[in-house]
Amino acid sequence: MADFLAGHAPTLTHWLVLTSALFSIGIYGMLTRRNAVGVLMSLELCLNAAAVNFVLFNRYLAPTNLGGAERLDGAVMTIFVIAVAAAEVVVGMAIFVAMYAERRTVDVTRLDALKD
Amino acid sequence: MAPLSFVLTHAWLIPAIPLVSFLLVGLVLRPVSERLAGAVATLAVATSAGLSWLLAWDFLHLVPHGQPLPSLTPWSAMWLHFQDGFGISIGTLLDPISVMLLVVVTTVSTLVHLYSTGYMHGEPGYARYFAFLNLFTFSMLGLVLAPNLVQMYVCWELVGASSFFLIGFYFEKPSAVSASKKAFIVTRFADLGFFLGILVLGFYASQIHAGMTQDLHGLQPLDFAFLTRPDVLAQLAGLNVHFLGVGVLTLAAVLIYTGGAGKSAMFPLHIWLPDAMEGPTPVSALIHAATMVVAGVYLVARCFPIFATSGEALTVVMCVGAFTSLFAAVIGCTQDDIKRVLAFSTLSQLGYMMFALGVASFAHPLGYSAAMFHLFTHAFFKALLFLGAGSVIHAVHSNDIWHMGGLRKHMPVTHALFLIATLAIAGIYPFAGFFSKDEILAAALHSGHTVVFGVGLLVAGMTAFYMFRIYFVTFWGEPKSEHAHHAHESPWVMLGPMSFLGVLSIGAGFIPIPEWVQLPGSPAEHEGIDLAVAIPSTILALAGISLAWLLYGGAPDRANALVAKLGRVYTTIKAKFYFDELYLYVTHSLIFRFVAAPIAWFDRNVVDGAVNLSGWFTRTAGLLLGKLQTGQVQTYGSWLVSGAIAAVVVLWGVLKAGGN
Repeated sequence: MADFLAGHAPTLTHWLVLTSALFSIGIYGMLTRRNAVGVLMSLELCLNAAAVNFVLFNRYLAPTNLGGAERLDGAVMTIFVIAVAAAEVVVGMAIFVAMYAERRTVDVTRLDALKD
Repeated sequence: MAPLSFVLTHAWLIPAIPLVSFLLVGLVLRPVSERLAGAVATLAVATSAGLSWLLAWDFLHLVPHGQPLPSLTPWSAMWLHFQDGFGISIGTLLDPISVMLLVVVTTVSTLVHLYSTGYMHGEPGYARYFAFLNLFTFSMLGLVLAPNLVQMYVCWELVGASSFFLIGFYFEKPSAVSASKKAFIVTRFADLGFFLGILVLGFYASQIHAGMTQDLHGLQPLDFAFLTRPDVLAQLAGLNVHFLGVGVLTLAAVLIYTGGAGKSAMFPLHIWLPDAMEGPTPVSALIHAATMVVAGVYLVARCFPIFATSGEALTVVMCVGAFTSLFAAVIGCTQDDIKRVLAFSTLSQLGYMMFALGVASFAHPLGYSAAMFHLFTHAFFKALLFLGAGSVIHAVHSNDIWHMGGLRKHMPVTHALFLIATLAIAGIYPFAGFFSKDEILAAALHSGHTVVFGVGLLVAGMTAFYMFRIYFVTFWGEPKSEHAHHAHESPWVMLGPMSFLGVLSIGAGFIPIPEWVQLPGSPAEHEGIDLAVAIPSTILALAGISLAWLLYGGAPDRANALVAKLGRVYTTIKAKFYFDELYLYVTHSLIFRFVAAPIAWFDRNVVDGAVNLSGWFTRTAGLLLGKLQTGQVQTYGSWLVSGAIAAVVVLWGVLKAGGN
């Protein structure tokens, strides 16, 4: 097994296919979910795809050794993304609660006031 | 020559004062006080009149007695400078005819303003009326003083516009509105000819101007002083350019004459003048008797050397003038509206002036002086006739002479003044009209135009007849309506100006205008009263008066019998030879149907259709695109993502293509 893995170590391309799939699933979910919470969850998928990309590019493309220290810029950005996502979820959920209080629904297809 | 005095160098003040007053009255005073507006307007014109009299006095004393009066341009400024050697200036041209007309216009205008303060009292739009009278006076004075054709043309149009405003003064009356439109359109149509004439003349004159080597002292091609130089005229006449078989000079002269014929209502453009009587009567006295309508005569006199050099153009002027004078006199014998009779007599007298110019030539310049003399005297007695008619209309509340009658007892002053003016126009010694008419007839006879002389004599007799016809019907006999029974004399603010004009109607013949107004560069030709002319014309005038007394002096039985005998002839003449109907037929049935209607159809359907189509397209596209606006965030998101994908695909393709 270890040999197999060593022989077939995933390259950057494999990982990018994975994150692209993740991002696309997220986009699909955002455009199709009727429940606002579902939309938000799909959005999280997109964010996570981007965050994984940061880690990947840091791992594969950035020079691993720069004056003896390993570069962690991409990993740091990932932490940021996670933190922002968490904050965004909080705000988003708060909006949904307010919306439900107002309209008694969180179905995004029924929230079409933009056309007026 | 004596140095120029203040009024001569500042002659521009004379038109400027009415202009300032027009702006002041029209914009500031009109809403404030009607009385003040009238007073300011009258005072402004009176100031101009005073200045004009001073100017005339100074002008006559510029040269020693007996020498010809000069022609000078004391003030001029470049207005439009197109290129070196072609510019248009504005300025003041002072020569005998312009000074004479300045005096006439300002004097009659002042008297009419004064008269109007009484006549128009209590009318709505009183201040507006005075503002437009001032505008008219300014335009007319600018026209009189114009040193070149373009300034004259500009003022010419201003005069036409103010005439339009004043004829249509009672704009609630449909007849007044259509009369004002008719006057404006007919004269404007004629002015097209004037404009083309200016263009033709300007084109060739500027070429000659460019070819001249001597110093012209800043003279521009369209200046009268340049156009009437003998060497310039000789070159213009020598041009071998023909259009429709006519030389350039004749063509330009005839085109300019078209403009003059429109303003002076020569046949066949005469149709607007009788209808213009819809305006207030003082307006008719000022504009349609004494000043604006003589602008055409003035134009021909101003360009006289051009016409005289052409010769053929002068023949046109003479024939049209003689025909109009006869034609209008015939119609004048049958009209019932007192102002219309006066309008036709104005036409007839304008024809007189025109044919007087037409019989003149460099060798026999008497007709030129005579036309200007008649213009001068006619302005006063015709204005008086109109103001007298206004006074009568004011009392009787009708224009129809058959509603009047017996007014000499109720309105003695008006009656006396109207009689003076009637005698003056009939050409009875010693009233003003006698002298100028005698001069015109002598000019026609001595230049060898016997037929024109005969027509002139005949018209003199007819003038006496139809003027005394309205005089007898209006002032003699029994009152023919309730209003005529209770007619009252007009107030002195109206009778005062009329009396002044009455004095002028008697005395103007003794002012030696023909001595002062001479054609420059021609031998003086003035012989005083010619008995060979005076005796037949007086006999014919007296015969006309007697005939009028016979037919209309008492009860109109004889007149009615004659009318019945004449039958259709009389009705045809009374309908003005159906010229209005002819014009209506031509405009309505021919031009409207075959030219205007197809153009209107094209405009409504094709031009408007294109505009409507673009509007319809925009609306439909908007409606369709509006359907995309669902309000669904997810739909918008889909568009966003599709767009992003499309952008990526395109970008990828471009990069790939660039990479290879």
